[in-house]
Amino acid sequence: MTAPLFELRGVAKYFRGKTTLAERILALAGRRQPPATLRAVDGVDLTVAKGEVLGLVGESGCGKSTLARIATGILAPTAGEVFYQGRAVAGLRGRDRLDYLLKVQMIFQDPYASLDPRMRVSRIVGEALAVHKLLPRREIDGAVDRALREVGLDLAYRDRYPHQFSGGQRQRIGIARALAVKPDFLVCDEPVSALDVSIQAQVINLFMDVRARHGLTYLFVSHDLGLVRHISDRVAIMYLGRIVEIGPAASVFADPAHPYSAALIKAIPSAARRKAGFEPLQGELPSPLAPPPGCPFHPRCDHAMPACREIRPELAEIAPGRSAACHLHTAPKVA
Amino acid sequence: MTADIVLDVRGLKTVFHAVDGAWPAVDGVDFTVARGEILGLVGESGSGKSVTGFSLVQLIDPPGEIVAGQVLFGGTDLRAASEDELRRLRGDRIAMIFQDPLMTLNPVLSVGEQMTEAILEHRRCSRADALAQAAAALARVGISSPEARLKQYPHEFSGGMRQRVAIATALLNDPALIIADEPTTALDVTIQAQILYQVQKLSRETGAAVIWITHDLAVVAELADRVAVMYAGRIVEIGAADVVLDRPRHPYTLGLLNSSAAMVEPGARLHQIDGVAPRIDSRPSGCPFRPRCTRSLAVCADVDPPPQAQDGRTLRCHNPVPA
Ligand SMILES: Nc1ncnc2c1ncn2[C@@H]1O[C@H](COP(=O)(O)OP(=O)(O)OP(=O)(O)O)[C@@H](O)[C@H]1O
Ligand SMILES: Nc1ncnc2c1ncn2[C@@H]1O[C@H](COP(=O)(O)OP(=O)(O)OP(=O)(O)O)[C@@H](O)[C@H]1O
Ligand code: SF4
Ligand SMILES: [Mg+2]
Ligand SMILES: [Mg+2]
Repeated sequence: MTAPLFELRGVAKYFRGKTTLAERILALAGRRQPPATLRAVDGVDLTVAKGEVLGLVGESGCGKSTLARIATGILAPTAGEVFYQGRAVAGLRGRDRLDYLLKVQMIFQDPYASLDPRMRVSRIVGEALAVHKLLPRREIDGAVDRALREVGLDLAYRDRYPHQFSGGQRQRIGIARALAVKPDFLVCDEPVSALDVSIQAQVINLFMDVRARHGLTYLFVSHDLGLVRHISDRVAIMYLGRIVEIGPAASVFADPAHPYSAALIKAIPSAARRKAGFEPLQGELPSPLAPPPGCPFHPRCDHAMPACREIRPELAEIAPGRSAACHLHTAPKVA
Repeated sequence: MTADIVLDVRGLKTVFHAVDGAWPAVDGVDFTVARGEILGLVGESGSGKSVTGFSLVQLIDPPGEIVAGQVLFGGTDLRAASEDELRRLRGDRIAMIFQDPLMTLNPVLSVGEQMTEAILEHRRCSRADALAQAAAALARVGISSPEARLKQYPHEFSGGMRQRVAIATALLNDPALIIADEPTTALDVTIQAQILYQVQKLSRETGAAVIWITHDLAVVAELADRVAVMYAGRIVEIGAADVVLDRPRHPYTLGLLNSSAAMVEPGARLHQIDGVAPRIDSRPSGCPFRPRCTRSLAVCADVDPPPQAQDGRTLRCHNPVPA
C-alpha cells in the first residue's frame, strides 16, 4: 500500500458540556458540580488513501461532523495528530498551511447556511482565488465559469444571489466553490441530506463525475447507509466518538463484524423488511456526557458478555483490511 | 365503498392567495383510507403533502383557503363541521403527529400532566385512572419505567423518546384516524426503525387508519399498505404498496424508485430525474411533470391528465410506463 494521503492518529476532541437550567440553579444554590466533559471524538485512528472514498456513518451526535471539521483544519483536535501527505498539519506554517487548507475542501450539509447571502454566485465561487491571489485577477472570471460549467450550472446564473436557487443548485454552487481552488481531498458532511430524493441522485452523480475527472479523494459523511455503500470504497462506522468498525464497504455491508454495524444495516428501511417482519434494535443512544463503561454499545447489544460491561474493546484487525472494536472478535469467548 | 372506509377525500383543493393570484398547493386530491390501513403519502418538498394533512383537519389559515372538495370522516363532511365539532374530533377521534414533537408537547407541563389532561378533556374518568392509562400508553410505544417517566418534562427526553411520547399522547383516546407528518425524519435510523415497528403494530392492534406523510420512499415501502405519490399538488399514482412500488406505471414514481442507490451496482451512476419540481406559482400547463418526463407526448403539454383507474391503481398520465 502506498503512503496515505490523509491520516488521523489518536485524534480526540473534547467539549465542555453545556449545563442545563437545573444544573445552573443548583450551581446558584452553591451546589456546584464539576463541568462535564463531552468526548465528541474520542481517540480515532484512520487513513485515507489517495483516490479513495471513505464513507463515515453513525447516528446523530456520534461525532461525524466534529471529525470532518478536524480533518479540514476548521477545528483543532484536543489530542492526537492529523497528517496530510505525511506531514503533521499542526506544524504547518505560512504557505504550507494555506496549501493544506486549500487542498482539503469541505462541502456542508446545509448549502444555504454555507453561502454568503449577500454575495453573487460568481464572487462566492471566485473568492478564495482572489483573496489568496491564486490567479491573476483577469483569469478569475474564466476559472469561475469553468467551475460553474463543471457542476452543471448555467453561466446565466453567475450574477444571481444564493436565495434565487433551489437546494440542489445551491449544493452545486458549494461544490463549484470547492473545485475552484483545485483541491485533492473533499470532506463532504451530509452533502445531500437536505435535498429531495430526485435531486440527491443528481448531486451524487456529480460527485462521482468530478471524482473520476480529477482523481479526487473523499471523506463522505452521511447517516444514509444506502448512499454510503454506493459511493464508498471503504466505510468507517462510528459510535459515541469512536470508530467501531472499518473496512471495505462491500465486505462490511455483506458481513458486518460489529453488532452495532449489523444493527445499523438491518435498520435501513426497505420493502423486503416489511415482508420479512423484524425486531428493531432496542434502547436509546446513550449520552456522550456519560458514556457507559466498558464497550459503549453494551447496553443495546444482544451479544454483551461480562467483559463487555467492564473492558473497553480497542479497534483491532480481524481480517486483512478489516478492523472492529468488539470483544466477540478480540477476546476468547467466556465458556 | 366498503363500511371499513374511515376517511374519504374527494376533489380536495387548497390554494394560497398571493398578490398575483391564488396558487393551488393541493389541486384536486382524491383518496380513501380504511380501518387498520396505513396509507403512505410521498412526494418531494413542496408537493403539497403537509397542506393536504392540515386541510383534512381544516387547519388552514389565511392566506391559505380550502376552496373545493369533501373530507368525509365517519359520514360527516369535515368541511361543513363547526369549529366546536372539529375541536372535539382533533385529539380524540383524529390524532396528528408532527415532525417536531414539541408541536404536540407542552414544555412546561410534565408528561403525565399533559397526557392525563388529554384523556380527561375527552373522557370521564378519575385522575388515577387517567394516569394508569397514560402509563400503559407509554409502555405500548416501548418506553421503560413509564410511571417514573410520567413525572418528567419533555426536555428530559431524547429526541427519539420525545417523538414516542408524542405518538403515545396522540394514541391515548384510540383515534380512528392518525395523520403523521414526517414524524421520523429527524430521527436516527435505529430509532426510526423502532417507531415504524411500533406504529405498524398499533395500527394492526387498534384498527386505527394511518396517513403517514414522508419524502422517504424506503420508509413507505416498509410501513405502508397503500401508497399515494404526490407531485405538484396532485396524487399522480395511488394503489396497494405492492402494486405501486413493485410495478410503478407513472413515469415520476418509476423515476423516484429508480433514483435510489439500491437500484444500481455500487459505484455506478444513479438513475437521476433531470430538472427540478416546479414552484407553486409557475406550474406548467398540461401535465405538471412534463418538463422532467422522458415519456411525454404532444398532448402532455396541453391536457392535464385526469385520474384513471387502471391495472389495480389510479394513475394520472397520458403515456404510462408499459405494464
Ligand atoms: N461546539 C460544540 N460545543 C459543545 N459540544 C459540541 C460542539 N460541537 C459538537 N458538540 C457535541 O459533540 C457531539 C458530536 O457532535 P457532532 O456534530 O460531531 O455529531 P454528528 O455525528 O455530526 O451528528 P449529526 O448526525 O447530528 O450531524 C454531540 O454530542 C454534540 O452535541
Ligand atoms: N403558509 C403558506 N403560504 C404560502 N404558501 C404556502 C404556505 N404553506 C405552504 N405553501 C406552499 O404550498 C406548497 C405545498 O407545501 P407543503 O408544505 O404541503 O409541501 P410538502 O409536500 O409538505 O413539502 P415538504 O416535504 O418540504 O414538507 C408549497 O409550494 C408551498 O410553497
Ligand atoms: S402525462 Fe405525459 S408528461 Fe405527464 S407523466 Fe405522463 S407521459 Fe409524462
Ligand atoms: Mg453532523
Ligand atoms: Mg411537509
